Amino acid sequence: MLLALAAGCNGEAGGPPGEGKPSGAITPAYGDTRIEASIGNVSSLIPNVTSDAASHEVGDFMYNGLVTLGRDLEVTGDLAKSWTFSKDCLTLDFKLEQGVRWHDGQPFTADDVVFTWETTMNAKTPSPYKSDFLDVDRVEARGPHEVRISYKRPYAKALLSWAVPMLPRHLLERWVRDGKLREAPQNWTAPIGTGPYRFKEMKSGEKVVVVANPDYFKGRPPISRIVYRIIPSQATIFLELKAKGVDVAALTALQYKRQTEYPAFEKAYNKYRYAGAGYTYFGFNLKDKRFADRRVRRAFAHAINKQELLDGVVLGLGRRATGPFRPGTWADNPEVKGVPYDPKRAQALLAEAGWRERNADGLLVKDGVPFTFELLTNQGNDERKKIAEIIQASLREVGVGVDIRVLEWAALLKEHIKKRNFDSIVLGWGTGADPDQYVVWHSSQSGPDDLNHISYANPEVDALLEAGRSSCVQAERVRYYHRLHQVLADDQPLVFLYWRDALPVVSSRIYGIQPGPAGIKWNFNDWFVPKYLQRYTAG
Amino acid sequence: MLAYALRRLLLALPLLLGITFVSFIVIHLAPGDPVEMAGGDVPMTQNPQVGKWREELGLDKPLHVQYLNWVSRLVRFDFGRSFAPHGRPVLTMIAERLPITLLLNIVEMLIIVTMAVPVGALSATRQYSAFDKVTTIFVFIGFATPDFWLALLLMILFGVQLGWLPISGLRSMNWEYLSFWQQQGDFLAHLTLPIVVATFGGLAGFSRYMRQSMLEVIRQDYIQSARAKGLAERVVIGKHALRNALLPIVTILGLSLPTLIGGSVIVESIFAIPGMGQLMVQAAFERDYPVLMGNLVIVSTLTLLANLAADVAYGLVDPRIRVGRRRR
Repeated sequence: MLLALAAGCNGEAGGPPGEGKPSGAITPAYGDTRIEASIGNVSSLIPNVTSDAASHEVGDFMYNGLVTLGRDLEVTGDLAKSWTFSKDCLTLDFKLEQGVRWHDGQPFTADDVVFTWETTMNAKTPSPYKSDFLDVDRVEARGPHEVRISYKRPYAKALLSWAVPMLPRHLLERWVRDGKLREAPQNWTAPIGTGPYRFKEMKSGEKVVVVANPDYFKGRPPISRIVYRIIPSQATIFLELKAKGVDVAALTALQYKRQTEYPAFEKAYNKYRYAGAGYTYFGFNLKDKRFADRRVRRAFAHAINKQELLDGVVLGLGRRATGPFRPGTWADNPEVKGVPYDPKRAQALLAEAGWRERNADGLLVKDGVPFTFELLTNQGNDERKKIAEIIQASLREVGVGVDIRVLEWAALLKEHIKKRNFDSIVLGWGTGADPDQYVVWHSSQSGPDDLNHISYANPEVDALLEAGRSSCVQAERVRYYHRLHQVLADDQPLVFLYWRDALPVVSSRIYGIQPGPAGIKWNFNDWFVPKYLQRYTAG
Repeated sequence: MLAYALRRLLLALPLLLGITFVSFIVIHLAPGDPVEMAGGDVPMTQNPQVGKWREELGLDKPLHVQYLNWVSRLVRFDFGRSFAPHGRPVLTMIAERLPITLLLNIVEMLIIVTMAVPVGALSATRQYSAFDKVTTIFVFIGFATPDFWLALLLMILFGVQLGWLPISGLRSMNWEYLSFWQQQGDFLAHLTLPIVVATFGGLAGFSRYMRQSMLEVIRQDYIQSARAKGLAERVVIGKHALRNALLPIVTILGLSLPTLIGGSVIVESIFAIPGMGQLMVQAAFERDYPVLMGNLVIVSTLTLLANLAADVAYGLVDPRIRVGRRRR
């Protein structure tokens, strides 16, 4: 196995060539410990019932899905060796890897796939991922290593939804049957997966420790142990980095740009930067007549200098957003141009919309009413507060008054967003690996509990969203989403501001990292530390 | 005396019930519920099963029914399970967090008392001396220094620059590979900074109390007469004055008993110590009602007991109080 590993990694041992390191010695080796730090707590060791980032990061160490995402966010096989869709996109056949064993030695079979689906859909399982499987009609094991999924209607996310971590039937069945999954030992003290690392120890609120799985079906991961520490203070994580107490952590823009640019830090760590998965926007309540006018929305987009905003808020560590698709992914239409900064054009558009006169305060007036409105955002997010202030100043220049209110998240959600009781908001959207955004933009999704907060309704958008989510052929979907991107950019149902960059750092003794659109973690089980750089004794 | 204590104890029960009732209402008044808070930026409400999950947690029932259910479980000492995805029993969660918070706070309290009493007494007996002035300045700096700021400065100096002490957490990463005594040393090293930070602010307050109390006592006539009897100054201060000056300090100590288990949110968060303070803050953010209420019951019970103990102790230490009550 060692040979296989060396052969697998040699060619791509592409850690950035560190200064003053003998390049010949960079060969993969077993051993060492990697220490990661997270602000958030782990909320369960069965990631299928959690929606927080920490639980999923830890879950990734121990579990596999049928498929996973590769470097370019493409879907690749994980526990599935291959798959085929039927022509009508209604049947999905998986062929599973053979000889895979759970951490307790039991074989992983098609039956476990069926069980994972049953568990997710069980009424008593508090899974946030049920909506991914609503269109599934049947899941059948057709032999120990073959699974057939039948869909009621074509579902574009079908393949990707099977990235859900696989759960062991032989251990969890009785708990699921009694509706007591939360009480199963696998939930906290003894998780069992098929993944590259095995559970070693959990100290709640302090750390999770996992150790390399020697029988991993893709080969034992080189780094022997991972300690996942919970450190609730960003400042403390940063000091731990400086003292080399942590190997992997995410930096803030300020830390990345201003506090880590000294030789000792740059020698000890490699900094990475790639487009993050979330964008920040300035959205309007489209039920308000003023904002229902597209010219007004476009005027606002012209009035805001996005580059300046990006520089001011995240020190330029982000990308200007032109639409809701992550830059560089297949759904993103590179030909869509953003709305340029042009206050004159903004004023002309507002005049066209009937906002011509100005009152004594310099505010635009229509029918005797000055153009002022309220902007809401949530507390505890400094970026959004700054954005609100910049928007306020920019719109004041074109004669529009903005009052900012910062509210606690739950209050904002319950009293304002759900009741559609707001003028405008500065918030963000996270995007998944699949571009389907039906729940955010479709006109049917504007009920109180739905996510189309701004009550956007555009028949063309509705049609594109429906077409995009009911095809399983990427080439077709590309067309729909590229068009959707263009329509949204023209219509500006909200002002797309920017995609914040993810800014992780990794100890420079760790090699094998290949940053890509998917970030750096996608191949974490191939990372290694050359023997002479190893710092910790471990297993 | 025993009857008095028993009566107070019985009276404390309805009081406790009242406290839990008010807290229960207030906690539920905060907008959002555990199901909503679980989703973060993308609320779980898009999930068709959310209603079922609320039902499962009993959140669909009217508030008074929820409260009665909670109380009826509580009288059987069932604190329930957390609403978080792990759904662990509340008592287990508190039990695993309590030891470290208790340890930290007891050590902190001991250090504060052993330092504050002599410092306070000395600055009182030498009022306006150089010593008094220096400690006064020190004390005000201690009062005015925010915990988190001091913590960060100390972390930078001793953790990053000098590398003498660990920055955060309770154990080093290679803890399993250390010998028994090395492990203890490692643990102590991790506790040093948190204890220093927590002590610094508390020391300021306590030494002030002590100084004040001592100042009052040494102006009393009986101190004067003790001096007039020709007793040595050491005996006058050490035996007659100090003992009486300690009385109010005992009260304050008694009342700070609940804070022993409450934990310091700031110190625990910044030093990444998984104690009670962190548990509570997280539970509040997640609207994890059973954990919040469980902790609240324990803290308020302790507060009531501490009050009671302080009153009883008064009677024991100072016979006049007991006599006074009987007359009334």
